[in-house]
Amino acid sequence: MQDTKLKILEPMKYWWLYSLISLCVIIPGSYSLVRYGLKPSIDFTGGTVIVWRTLINESSLREIAKSAGIDIRELSNANDIYTITTNPLNQETYQLFKSKVIDVKELSYDTVGPALGAELIQKTLTAILLAATLILFYVAYRFKNIKFGVSAIIAMLHDSLVLLGVFSLLGHYLGVEVDTLFVTALLTILSFSVHDTIVVYDRIRELKKKHGYLDFDDIVNRAILETMGRSINNSMTIIFMLLSMYLLGGDTTKWFIFALLVGTISGTYSSTFTAAPLLIVWDKFTHRKK
Amino acid sequence: MILRRNIFFIVLLLAVALIIDAPKNYQIGKFTLSSPSIHLTRPFIFDRELVIKQGLDLQGGTEVTLEADMSSVKPEDRQDALNSAREIISRRIDMYGVTEPSIKTVVSQDVYRILVALPGVSNPDEALNLIGQTAHLDFRELPIATDTATYADFKTTDLTGKDLQKASVTFNSQTGKPEIGLQFTKEGGDKFAEVTGRNVGKPVAIFLDGIPISVPTVQQKIEGGQAVINGEYTLDEAKNMVITLNAGALPVPITILKQQNIAPTLGAESVNRSLKAGGVGLALVALFMILNYGWLGLIADLGLLIYGFLTLAIYKLVPITITLPGLAGFILSIGMAVDSNILVFERMKEEIRKGNDWKRSMELGFGKAWDSIKDANVATLITTFVLFNPFDWVFLNSSGMVRGFALTLFLGIVISLFTGIFVTRNLLRSFHARH
Repeated sequence: MQDTKLKILEPMKYWWLYSLISLCVIIPGSYSLVRYGLKPSIDFTGGTVIVWRTLINESSLREIAKSAGIDIRELSNANDIYTITTNPLNQETYQLFKSKVIDVKELSYDTVGPALGAELIQKTLTAILLAATLILFYVAYRFKNIKFGVSAIIAMLHDSLVLLGVFSLLGHYLGVEVDTLFVTALLTILSFSVHDTIVVYDRIRELKKKHGYLDFDDIVNRAILETMGRSINNSMTIIFMLLSMYLLGGDTTKWFIFALLVGTISGTYSSTFTAAPLLIVWDKFTHRKK
Repeated sequence: MILRRNIFFIVLLLAVALIIDAPKNYQIGKFTLSSPSIHLTRPFIFDRELVIKQGLDLQGGTEVTLEADMSSVKPEDRQDALNSAREIISRRIDMYGVTEPSIKTVVSQDVYRILVALPGVSNPDEALNLIGQTAHLDFRELPIATDTATYADFKTTDLTGKDLQKASVTFNSQTGKPEIGLQFTKEGGDKFAEVTGRNVGKPVAIFLDGIPISVPTVQQKIEGGQAVINGEYTLDEAKNMVITLNAGALPVPITILKQQNIAPTLGAESVNRSLKAGGVGLALVALFMILNYGWLGLIADLGLLIYGFLTLAIYKLVPITITLPGLAGFILSIGMAVDSNILVFERMKEEIRKGNDWKRSMELGFGKAWDSIKDANVATLITTFVLFNPFDWVFLNSSGMVRGFALTLFLGIVISLFTGIFVTRNLLRSFHARH
């Protein structure tokens, strides 16, 4: 018994270091989130995004839009492919605009009425709350312990904050927008995060049953060490898939994939280095009280 | 014995999946490879061409969300009005000639919407202009009655759909045959009396969107705003006519809430790039598994391959419409599919370190990893449930993109549990038995 206690590494001794690393990402992200917020796409604000292939130059395009009474919010041009974001247009205005630009080929056209945007925000919040509640109950039920459920949810919040923070920074500096797909990525990440956390918790539960005589710290340390290989290996396979899609895949899903990538990395990290230390800290805290 | 039965089952399943997966009319030398089409009528109707259905974002086309403004329609008539509007829209789309259009109505609380998807339409604006109009019903008369009159000879009167209050199916009190009862507004009744008064013995045609839908002959001047059209209608014909008439009579103003046009070329490019990305990712994952777990990894890759074939077969059978996010969900699920393998293999390593022999370690590995695998995947399944919103709950999203992703991810998890646990385990057992 004595030697098992001496032999094993104690990754949890450095829990303060792990929270420091987390904070290094979360603090700038949260600051940006409060200061600049996220950059919502037309899914949320309502508006029109037009993608055209045309040889016209930018200034005349702007002029035509102005004469048609269209308010251009953003305009970018890459290899004669224009992406134009405007206020929500109706069919007539759009047709008028299009007819005035010579030799235009429409690649895509998206328009969202302003009413739908508010609806989407509400639905998004509901979905996140519903998913989080269901998962909390499931974890609490499976592990018969609210401590596990709450710690898993905190790890989940950690990952959401990382993702939101990163996208707030990206939005501020690179103009990356959050849309319906971003919400999907966020929800998927919530489940990934819990997925990994559960594997660690499962091991803690198993070790507790088998080696009840060990300190809780030791059990968590062992569980972490034993599941580390699996955690990293599994995340590697997901990251391989996501990276190849990010680098080679289409533009439509580029930022969606990137969101999943950030979330997967954060999720793997938080299961081991946030969810598990939390259990120990919580355990210590309740024991001290007694 | 059980092992042999399981292996037989896996091989059989794979064979069926491969037949379904085969491309349509693919030439290899002299042979033409083609997946069959299924046409079952008994015990239930099951028609499948076994092709991959591509979503709008992949094959191009247009998707529109329309909102019907029901503020001027009585609450009890709103559902009818919406159905008539849908009827009209689908008739117009048929006229325009779109293959496989999808027209759905969505009702939630006070919101009445119609979702229209027109795949493969290269000039969506033209199609939309057709949809955007409200149905126009009018009555036309024939100023000079001849035997050779064509529809072009009919002249419009001032009686239109606005004057019609309601149309309904009635039954003739003597013959019992279905008829169409018309009820006009007060003003409309006066106009109708005037029109019928000057056309006794002559036809008066009812046109909808410029197309004649009924040409009854006037028997006498009709006063009081009530009329009956008695033709040789079947009950279904009469019902359809009433829907159409009411649609003209209840023109619901329709506005475009959301519209998305995608050029077909853009979609094709996205598919190619996504498939390439998927291929590269898959190769990396396969290589990673072999490097990490040796021949165990090879077996896992075999399981992954079977996973791929089964998934494709299910996509074709259901059939699932593949969208770009859906494709992403599928590709992502490949990365997750090996998760159960990794959990098991890591467990096996531990058991071997503890001094168990290989066979026992494998069985223990599968047994002990199962709890984690189950718990972990339930969490993801919960999320796919919320994302997919299967019961169309009003408070949740029902966007096609999000659903596509949720559905493929859900199927990915379920199928990967099957291949990761059942298939890999039996393959490992049988390979071990050989050695």
